[in-house]
Amino acid sequence: MTTADLLLVALGAVAVGAGVLVVSTRHIVRAGLWLVVNLLAVAGCYLVLAAELVAWVQVLLYVGAVVVLLLFAVMLTRAPIGASDDLDRPRWPGALIGGGAGLGLAALFVSGYRWSRVDLPSPGTATALGEQIFTAWVLPFEVVGVLLLAALIGAIVVSRPDIGSR
Amino acid sequence: MSLSPYIPIVGLFALGAGFALFSVAIAPFVGPRRYNRAKLDAYECGIEPTPQPIGGGRFPVKFYLTAMLFIVFDIEIIFLYPWAVSFEALGVFGFVEMVLFIITVFVAYAYVWRRGGLDWD
Repeated sequence: MTTADLLLVALGAVAVGAGVLVVSTRHIVRAGLWLVVNLLAVAGCYLVLAAELVAWVQVLLYVGAVVVLLLFAVMLTRAPIGASDDLDRPRWPGALIGGGAGLGLAALFVSGYRWSRVDLPSPGTATALGEQIFTAWVLPFEVVGVLLLAALIGAIVVSRPDIGSR
Repeated sequence: MSLSPYIPIVGLFALGAGFALFSVAIAPFVGPRRYNRAKLDAYECGIEPTPQPIGGGRFPVKFYLTAMLFIVFDIEIIFLYPWAVSFEALGVFGFVEMVLFIITVFVAYAYVWRRGGLDWD
């Protein structure tokens, strides 16, 4: 085992542990904070796998913005915030679907690669990713722009029906 | 890729965590304990703590729109970064792509603006 393997296993364990805490805590705000730990551990995995830009995008966007939005959504809808008993849903269907999908994917990877060694691709630096996005992936990139447009319009339509066009 | 450029960052994290842990661990032993009312109040950035807002602590929905605006433009800026560092190699085509992308996102901005989503009251 190399250092990278050890780091990957350790970060994966942190991610899984934090993920379990996200769904098992009784405080919904704490679930959001555990999600930060989970997403940071996944960012660490990306970093070990040489996907530098993706790792920092994970930190900036998911840890920095998406979790803040989630916490805002909690503060908008729940008050006062404390331990609550109504967070639980029937667990077995979700556990079966989630666990089945995870195990299925793991089995797929193991059967696909066996124990062959795969070299890491060249580092996912900003330059390398920029050239990829803006040459090979132009259309998805522009579609992302439209998606952002739709997200913002959706947000204003859903959240502020009281304001109209002037 | 070697992870060696990140060793100083890990060192910095370790130093920061060590300082925080040291401060928290040592404070009960060396700090004086003089309690007063102000010290037990909730800390709200140095201003007088306000009682729970109307509605029992729920936030106005305006914050949600602000957060969405932030996320959308955060994503736009993230895309600007790989574009900027490979700008020389991409040439005019990359420039046109980015202009189209920014126009698309700006349409959303103009829509929010026209609908009055940027007015706070």
